Amino acid sequence: MNELELLNWARGPGLAYASIIMFFGISLRLLEILSLGRPAEYADTRDDGVKDGLIMIVKRSLPETRHWKYITASYIFHIGLFIIVFFFTPHTQFFRDIFGVFWSGWPNYLIDVVTVLSIASMLYMLIIRITDPTRRILSSTGDYLVWILTFLPLITGYLAFHRLMLDYTLMLALHILSVELLMIALPFSKLTHSFTFILSRWYTGSNFGRRGIKS
Amino acid sequence: MTHAKQTLAGELLKQGVSRRTFLKFCATMASTMALSPSVSHAMADALAKAPRQSVIWLSFQECTGCTESLTRSHKPSIESLIFDFVSLDYHHTLQAASGHAAEEAREHAMQAHKGKYLLLVDGSIPLKDNGVYSTIAGMTNLDMLQQVAKDAFAIVSIGTCAAYGGLPKAAPNPTGAVAVSDIIKDKPIINLPGCPPMPIVMTGVLAHVLAFGIPELDHLGRPKAFYGDSIHDRCYRRPYYDRGLFAKSFDDEGARKGWCLYEIGCKGPVTHNACATLKWNNGTSLDRKKSGHGCIGCSEPDFWDAGGFYKALSTAAGNPGSWAVNGLAAGAVVGIGSALINKKVKQAAIDESGKLTAEDMGGQS
Repeated sequence: MNELELLNWARGPGLAYASIIMFFGISLRLLEILSLGRPAEYADTRDDGVKDGLIMIVKRSLPETRHWKYITASYIFHIGLFIIVFFFTPHTQFFRDIFGVFWSGWPNYLIDVVTVLSIASMLYMLIIRITDPTRRILSSTGDYLVWILTFLPLITGYLAFHRLMLDYTLMLALHILSVELLMIALPFSKLTHSFTFILSRWYTGSNFGRRGIKS
Repeated sequence: MTHAKQTLAGELLKQGVSRRTFLKFCATMASTMALSPSVSHAMADALAKAPRQSVIWLSFQECTGCTESLTRSHKPSIESLIFDFVSLDYHHTLQAASGHAAEEAREHAMQAHKGKYLLLVDGSIPLKDNGVYSTIAGMTNLDMLQQVAKDAFAIVSIGTCAAYGGLPKAAPNPTGAVAVSDIIKDKPIINLPGCPPMPIVMTGVLAHVLAFGIPELDHLGRPKAFYGDSIHDRCYRRPYYDRGLFAKSFDDEGARKGWCLYEIGCKGPVTHNACATLKWNNGTSLDRKKSGHGCIGCSEPDFWDAGGFYKALSTAAGNPGSWAVNGLAAGAVVGIGSALINKKVKQAAIDESGKLTAEDMGGQS
């Protein structure tokens, strides 16, 4: 198999398997979580908890002042990843092909800056995770695995775009394959937060509201 | 035979080509192939003394486009004179002889220049059903290739079909087409892919073979001098790619302004060829691109099956919408099943534990 065949496989069958597994997992996990329902309330509830649920969604998304360096890095990484995924022109083509909706991509040099910042943020967070004793104790193998799976698409994409290291075709194939690994891991790891974070924040907030705890 | 006595220098002089013009040609060729400037003199000496090379050209599952590309170049050039200089002992389209006489010419050349003739092949070789899908003079392409390749000193696979299987090999590959290199393993093979390859690439490689032997090849058997860069890296539209300015269709403002064709399917980023530097039509045109069409990737293996000429390289090759729907549906079925089981387990646990009493919690009754 040469690099173009690998690329064609990654864009075709590879992507098909990854998509099916990812959407299978998302559907499965959401149904499992939702079907658990709420635990029985043995006391009268204050109210229906909707207001506190909504407050929590916003509040837990806002920055905090403690650990400001780590939190800033985390913000840069999350917002950066969002921009890269949805506003790099080749990616917009991918989404247009699927959804039929088109929005203009950002110029490459802007995406380039965002990518470097995101990669730097990820590296910074990894170093803190390893050097800070508390975070090291709290980190499991899964955390490091998820870090690697998220980092690979970023670094391979960056290397492919700049024609660094390997042949572009091969690097592009590896980039797409690394995204597929991420897609497969997404519903079955801590990465589920990408589609459950609003739900879980609302759940926590509304539970607080029902029991009279300040969100 | 008279072949050995004739040299290229003599032939060119006879055609009215001055030594100065010949040296200029050698310098151009040397720089085109990224050889050092001093090599041009060595090339001139070697080419001038080169004896007339016997060439057998076999055409298998092909469209004759490669021959067209070579023979219908803009004007008779010194490159084409070099091609005229070789002794083309067998070529379906160009030879005068036909039938038995043609096959005799091939067999004669094979005997007379045993181990010295150059074999040029265009077209892929069908293997399915014992190769019956393409035969010449009652011989399958496979038999003829093996027979002629046996005593050739090197093979040049001209065009993507001979180099990688090309169009005949495209899915579902009804004839079981393969490339020359899939069959012949014991001879040096130079791949010159392209649909068709550039005339200057063919003559340049021929000149290199006559003067110095086999040129340096990449991992896909292509001369690095011509296939080292991607179309994208040398494209005159590249600045627009970097600025995010793309033609969205073939007749919009971007297309008229000559913006990047990535979004309408250009395969330049993964295609290695010399189109962007040497250009077509006597150096005036970047083949399809100057006419407003993206690169289709014709010098890469399996370019026909790379997800469509008009779909951007970053899009999925297939139907991602249906993959997502199938995945969601399967997940829903298993998820509902899992939810029911969870509920059952939960209920069983409640039933088993019964009502909680003070004793259960370690208190005194």
